[in-house]
Amino acid sequence: MRPIDLEALQHALDQYAEQDVYLHLETTNGAYASHLDATKITAGAYIRNGLIRYTRGSVKGQGPYRIGLKLPLGWVYAEGLTHWETDSEGRLLTAGHDGDGKLAVALELSRTPFPT
Amino acid sequence: MIRKERHVLIVLPHPDDEAFGFSGTAAHHIQNGTPVTYVCLTLGQMGRMMGNPLFANRETLPLIRERELEASCRSIGITDLRKFGLRDKTVEFEDPEALADRILDVVRETDPSLIMTFHPELSVHPDHNATGAAVIRAVARLPEPERPDIYCLGFANQVEQVLGPPDIVHDVSAFAKQKIGSLFAHQSQIQFIHNRFEGKDPAEDPEQLKKISTERFWTYRWEWNSPS
Repeated sequence: MRPIDLEALQHALDQYAEQDVYLHLETTNGAYASHLDATKITAGAYIRNGLIRYTRGSVKGQGPYRIGLKLPLGWVYAEGLTHWETDSEGRLLTAGHDGDGKLAVALELSRTPFPT
Repeated sequence: MIRKERHVLIVLPHPDDEAFGFSGTAAHHIQNGTPVTYVCLTLGQMGRMMGNPLFANRETLPLIRERELEASCRSIGITDLRKFGLRDKTVEFEDPEALADRILDVVRETDPSLIMTFHPELSVHPDHNATGAAVIRAVARLPEPERPDIYCLGFANQVEQVLGPPDIVHDVSAFAKQKIGSLFAHQSQIQFIHNRFEGKDPAEDPEQLKKISTERFWTYRWEWNSPS
């Protein structure tokens, strides 16, 4: 993955608008967060292969970046994104990595289901 | 001293779970001529470590971690690796009876005298606890005289408060080479591993070597609780 280029990522987001796409969205602070520090709670969520169709997808910010996908009846949102790529299977992968390179958030779009 | 076993079955959810807590004991059994089967339930697909600099993404990570798992097994000497194909972070949501069925099939096939897994309640990660619980559920279906021993690894902060000290303590220092090989096979987890060794190479630092020289387990006692 490479650091986000706002213009290129915006162009890629436009390519997936107004069609059925499979969404992978996750965020987490790590399974051991509360084990290592009792004042923290281990928190995370993910959806894999959520089928969505967005009317408008935008990337904003000055790094880390935010993506918002406007759905006919709602929104998809991710914050803290730092890296992206379009992979060899034509999927749009974005992710946010912390200073140690650990993944903190990921938002991915594909026209075919992601493997489970 | 390590007891001579007929067959050892290891059941864990993530590639790298075997490295810190089980690899030295497994290598010892293999040197004893005891067959060792390792069932790894997932491919650690949801791990957070992507390398620094980045060398993985969410979609390439499973393949990378599968290769790492295989390299770890080669270092330990494990030749019978079974991948159950579940997804990281979902073990506790699977149908518990169906998962126990699959584990029991392997138990019946390999007829182990010992199973090693995580403690079903004191192993921090929900996948760890669910894996231990699935093993207990599977073995509970066997008539008591036919049940293999189960050694559990627990590492929750309160583990000794709840269970007392571990009853099985293995000195695995003679298998440091296999264990270090297993640890360092997990290249995508390497920062975590280096952090545990304070950045020093355990092969060359006696203090760090000491850290990996003991593997500790609690023998599962059926009176702890009946499986729910």
